[in-house]
Amino acid sequence: MTLTRKICGLAGALVAGLAIAHPAFAADMVKAPDAAAMAGMVNKGDVAWMLVCSALVLMMSIPGLALFYGGLVRSKNMLSVCMQVFMIVSVAGLMWCSWGYSIAFTSGGDNHFFGGLSKAFLKGVDGTTMGATFSNNLYLPELVFVVFQMTFAMITPALIVGAFAERIKFSSLMVFVVLWSTFIYYPMAHMVWYWAGPDFLADAPTDAGLLWSWGALDFAGGTVVHINAGIAGLVGAIMIGKRIGYPKEPMPPHSLVMTMIGASLLWVGWFGFNAGSNLEANGVTGVAFINTMVATCAAAVSWALIEQFHHGKASMLGAASGAVAGLVAITPAAGYAAPMTSIVLGFVVSPICYLFVAKVKGMLGYDDSLDVFGVHCIGGIVGAIATGIVAAPSLGGQGVFDYTVFPAAFHPEAYDIGAQVFIQVKAVLFTLVWSGVGSAILFFIIDKTMGLRVPADDEQQGLDLTSHGERAYNS
Amino acid sequence: MKLVMAIIKPFKLDDVREALTSLGIAGMTVSEVKGFGRQKGQTEIYRGAEYSTNMVPKIKVEIVCDDGLAPRVVESIQQAANSGAIGDGKIFVLDVGQAVRIRTGETGETAL
Repeated sequence: MTLTRKICGLAGALVAGLAIAHPAFAADMVKAPDAAAMAGMVNKGDVAWMLVCSALVLMMSIPGLALFYGGLVRSKNMLSVCMQVFMIVSVAGLMWCSWGYSIAFTSGGDNHFFGGLSKAFLKGVDGTTMGATFSNNLYLPELVFVVFQMTFAMITPALIVGAFAERIKFSSLMVFVVLWSTFIYYPMAHMVWYWAGPDFLADAPTDAGLLWSWGALDFAGGTVVHINAGIAGLVGAIMIGKRIGYPKEPMPPHSLVMTMIGASLLWVGWFGFNAGSNLEANGVTGVAFINTMVATCAAAVSWALIEQFHHGKASMLGAASGAVAGLVAITPAAGYAAPMTSIVLGFVVSPICYLFVAKVKGMLGYDDSLDVFGVHCIGGIVGAIATGIVAAPSLGGQGVFDYTVFPAAFHPEAYDIGAQVFIQVKAVLFTLVWSGVGSAILFFIIDKTMGLRVPADDEQQGLDLTSHGERAYNS
Repeated sequence: MKLVMAIIKPFKLDDVREALTSLGIAGMTVSEVKGFGRQKGQTEIYRGAEYSTNMVPKIKVEIVCDDGLAPRVVESIQQAANSGAIGDGKIFVLDVGQAVRIRTGETGETAL
């Protein structure tokens, strides 16, 4: 059962349950428990909560993201976007069991970029094996962790499709998703989220992913999910080229009602994403939950206010965009911030994203159809850097635990905002380069072999009919 | 026989229909149309991208009546559809060569 020992926790973060902070319990702690001991360290409440969260995160992709994006395209491309998201989710699930989980969440030994293939096809993973949480001597059944993380591997590549919607060739997209997940996403998840676990790190202090070792904080996926997907989208949008007619022809969204429904489903599902990323059902989970709620409220309000001042009218699309920007920004900070600092973060992120989607995109002339870069990448960068600030205990933040000792220690006075922000910036830059360069190479190879784009005729007729042989609305 | 074709504001349709039924008009054809005249279209803004739509939605009402009724039809549409604002629409009157009731084969004014 040695396979079960080193499961990463999510969130590179050092958030632990109350038990470890309480010296009275410390004496009873078992360092490096064996499989039999781990089996007695499972909490049914955690298991139930994490299964619900996994389903919530699936709901973010389908139908949430599919409708959010689908409403924004022209009606002739509605099904193509829905189908792209639906198929990416399905293919990503198969890949995750086959090799994704193993690459992301097994030890790479001295290599801190990606794990091995020892758990490929879920070898040795069954209902009795356990995964670590953020608390000493508290475990989660490994398959629950596998399926929770699977939903992240599903939504991340699906986020990218918005950047080159309405012109991408379906088969090429699917090949891209397989390669991108394998060479960009799984290593990225490994670098940020893999670590030996709270009961094992003290004996193996270097057994963690690269960014985790730097001390980068990413509670639920600011770097791994949003910056990663956002920069891949921008690179794709530039390499595939603009839609025919952009920006001269009007390309208004075909149904902002769908976009509003999609954004709302994303908001609800995001509680599974952010609060679930604590891997337990405890006080920090509650912190992540309320932070997710209020940061999103603030960002929706601040986007609406900007539009009110700038155009004289606050739009539904603006409110939905602001909500998503807020959700993105709070993602890396969810379990570290306090509610009031989350609100500040929400207020700040919308104007920055607004600047990118409404001004910078037009000035630079790239056609990021649905603003994947402007909302997810920029929002992710703002959130990732701000995490270094809002996590500070002096600002009411949750601080970080020291897992290099057993049991984990907590020294709120040792938190250094400047040093942490520096690490966060380093993590952001690393992600931009890793995913930006990697995606460019993949897009280049596919463009030269299969072609990335549909023929001009097909694009004008719409991808629903020409790629999928069906129409979204028959009346 | 005359064909009276009126392009009006959508929300005036009910007023026009009531005015015409009170004149004894027994039927009309209504279609949703788009177009432009002196009235400027709306500006739509999606995440900062501005589209000025210069086509404005309107309703087209078509009535065929006998020559004697035509001036009163025109007058009642003009009154009923008038809101005093730009974009109230236009009325056109055309000569009609023939009318046939498909069910019976009746022709001319009896077919109306």
